[in-house]
Amino acid sequence: MALGSPAATTSAGRFEPALMRRKLVGTLFYGACLAAIGILLLTLILLLVQVLTRGLPWLDVQFLTGVPSRRPVDTGILPALVGSLEIALIVGLLSFPVGVAAAIYLTEYARDSRVNRLLQTNISNLAGVPSIIYGILGLAVFVRLLGFGTTVISAALTLTLLILPVIIIASIEAFKAVPNAQREGAYALGATRWQMVRQSVFPAAAPGVMTGIILAMARAIGEAAPLLLIGAAGFVTFLPNPVSGNYSVLPVIAYNWAKRPQDDFQGISGATIIVILLMMLVLNGLALIVRARLSRHIQW
Amino acid sequence: MSAQPMSLTRRRPMSEQVIERLLFLAAAVGVVTTAGIILVLAFQTLEFFAEVNPISFFTGTVWSASIAPYTFGVLPLVSGTLLVATTAMVIGVPLGLLSAILLAEYASPRVRTVVKPILETIAGIPTIVLGFFAINFLAPQILQPILGKQNIGIFSALSGGIVVGVLVTPLIASISEDAMRAVPRGLREGAYAMGATKFEVVRKIVFPAAISGIMASIILAMSRAIGETMAVVLAVGTQPQLTFDPTESIQTMTAFIVQISAGDTPQGSIQFKSLFAVAATLFSMTFALNLISGWVVRKFRTAY
Amino acid sequence: MNTQVSEAPARESSTDGAGPTIRLATTPRPDAADGPPKDLEYIVELQDVSCYYGSVRAVRNVDIKVAKNAITALIGPSGCGKSTLLRTINRMNDLVPSYHAEGQILLDGQDLFAKAVDPVAVRRRVGMVFQKPNPFPKSVYDNIAFGPRINGYKGNMNELVETSLRRAALWDDVKDKMKQSGMALSGGQQQRLCIARTIAVNPEVILMDEPCSALDPRSTLQIEELMAELKRDYTIVIVTHNMQQAARASDATVFMTMGDDRAGYVVENGRTIDIFTNPKNQLTEDYVSGRFG
Repeated sequence: MALGSPAATTSAGRFEPALMRRKLVGTLFYGACLAAIGILLLTLILLLVQVLTRGLPWLDVQFLTGVPSRRPVDTGILPALVGSLEIALIVGLLSFPVGVAAAIYLTEYARDSRVNRLLQTNISNLAGVPSIIYGILGLAVFVRLLGFGTTVISAALTLTLLILPVIIIASIEAFKAVPNAQREGAYALGATRWQMVRQSVFPAAAPGVMTGIILAMARAIGEAAPLLLIGAAGFVTFLPNPVSGNYSVLPVIAYNWAKRPQDDFQGISGATIIVILLMMLVLNGLALIVRARLSRHIQW
Repeated sequence: MSAQPMSLTRRRPMSEQVIERLLFLAAAVGVVTTAGIILVLAFQTLEFFAEVNPISFFTGTVWSASIAPYTFGVLPLVSGTLLVATTAMVIGVPLGLLSAILLAEYASPRVRTVVKPILETIAGIPTIVLGFFAINFLAPQILQPILGKQNIGIFSALSGGIVVGVLVTPLIASISEDAMRAVPRGLREGAYAMGATKFEVVRKIVFPAAISGIMASIILAMSRAIGETMAVVLAVGTQPQLTFDPTESIQTMTAFIVQISAGDTPQGSIQFKSLFAVAATLFSMTFALNLISGWVVRKFRTAY
Repeated sequence: MNTQVSEAPARESSTDGAGPTIRLATTPRPDAADGPPKDLEYIVELQDVSCYYGSVRAVRNVDIKVAKNAITALIGPSGCGKSTLLRTINRMNDLVPSYHAEGQILLDGQDLFAKAVDPVAVRRRVGMVFQKPNPFPKSVYDNIAFGPRINGYKGNMNELVETSLRRAALWDDVKDKMKQSGMALSGGQQQRLCIARTIAVNPEVILMDEPCSALDPRSTLQIEELMAELKRDYTIVIVTHNMQQAARASDATVFMTMGDDRAGYVVENGRTIDIFTNPKNQLTEDYVSGRFG
């Protein structure tokens, strides 16, 4: 193999690295990245400021404990607040066993068969279905077919279906994060598969699972689109009975008021949004605490 | 009397099998849900098509469901939806990709602790809040002063598109960041060793290597933007019209569904049935995009 | 042969001021047999180089000189900081967040650690080949053209690609596969592709970090033959775990080990033949004879 001198390589051409220019381009690009984050942060701040300046003047005890009225000054959100809480609670209670069971099956039991792969891809596809489509499903199945009517229970069932994929995906992550030694340790003591899951894997995965469920409940509280189809009304002046009669939820009344052009209605809409955001904040804080509490004894 | 030796061939206890069945049923809820969605949409849509010619539905350029003469041509709703989604991409793709690059390539741990919560907060905000923001601030205090009140109203595809763009930014950012992080460090080092600047490594090595994940994130974001409801329904107005001018007030498919369901439209009426046909169209579009996104990931994945 | 071996160190000790604790660069011109001994030419000089990860010192007080157009091998037990030292020479480790280095590294007399020096510029002049072949997920052609393009190469790119591939002894294997992905090549071919793309930007020094550890024996031999060809035009510094490889392929050898403070330091360095046949330090002797590490 004949080799030329290094000069031979360069005799045909030369390098002009122009490092200053390239560095400048890089710096500009970094600036663009920071600017993008700046825009997002600014948007977030403007959004909060807007909601607070509009809503805070309306937020008082009467607003929290009163019932809707035609006049914004007299209006209150208690029925919707209770409706949202009832729904979030039922959603949490329903989706916990189903979501965790599905995740346990998919991580601890399922062999790599075609059926199980179908289950997996199906769940990730469901997570991408628009929420309003779940409203249509709930309307057809829970409200009409099963005859539950436009009630809290129909709304909760619909939202459960909506957030189950999210919970299952989060739980799968939590189960997958448990080291295999945990499983083998249980098996080595003669545990059956279910004993292994219950005694060994589940406690280890619990912080992740609980966090996922609480965050999904927060999402359910903010969700309005499907409930518009399940008959969540804007004007409910009584506290909802879960299984019969009309109900209302916070994001739906916020929407109904935001549709009205008058400033006062924008104000009470803003105040309602503040309440929704506070509830989500509380749930997020709760998720952090639960996570810290439950994972205190888990270290690997 | 000797103790009976423990059998090693004991059958799996009944309870174990029952438990496995139950767990399987829970995992199958997803399939039941999917089947339910498809069946409901298909049946109701067929009922609608018994009264309205499907060809005139899919090709019609006039949508008038509340004012006689009733006309059900879905194209104005589709164009309105695409107009919003495209505007959202114009906003969301650069914001999302720049955030992702910042997180994956540039950010020190300190910067991460600032940037991550910003994205997570945006991802967690109920979308109704963004709709509220659009009509109370974005349209009257930003868009109208810039473009002029005579050129843009409170309700416009532009205003809706911008807030949806902000909304999908965290989705694009998180999937793209994961894709870029999956690019092996060795590739970056190889490029640095040739005298590449950081920007060149990002643009010519990391970005192309992560392109399948990045494309998938954009397609998913498009799907999300098409299906977004509450942010859009407040911001874009209620005028179904076939236009490509983002400053116009339009109606999206989701906004129409809300309009019918929140109004007092009788359930057996043709208007109410049209809701299902629109929903089926919406579902097909988002479902197709989700499938394409999964296909893009598999097809164009770089194997290291 | 024997006379030359004994001759070189004697001449050597007069040219550099050896430090008290560490025997200093005695890297003679390797192919002294080619002609009468000339004045040695050093291209890289490390002066009192120490490397830190955070507050932990990983390498301490290294003083070595690297002879031009020679192959210098860095050997030593794993964890002794060979790779860290190597990655300091082209300032690759600047990319590691907690890392910093002290001392001086002179490339053609210019301090690479000086404030005004840009690591990006350093890396073009000091190329690097990695342990695991890391071709870019691009075509063979684009793998080679990447460096020249970003470094503003003005000239015929096709010619440069061909020359680089020929010099890496890869041209015949890939001349019909220029559009194929570089990742579709075999392991040995991938590593030669990485060498080809390194020489495409015409560096002065090529650093190799265990370039054969992921390769089969046949590919290893090919790379070693290639190195022997390349040293006519380039200076090569190679980290290797493989003692036979160091003995077989290098002209000079630097033996490092880890001190009680867990920081790597240079025990001994000199002509490869001296290090392997006539080590001055007991640690070196133990290591090269396989009694240690």
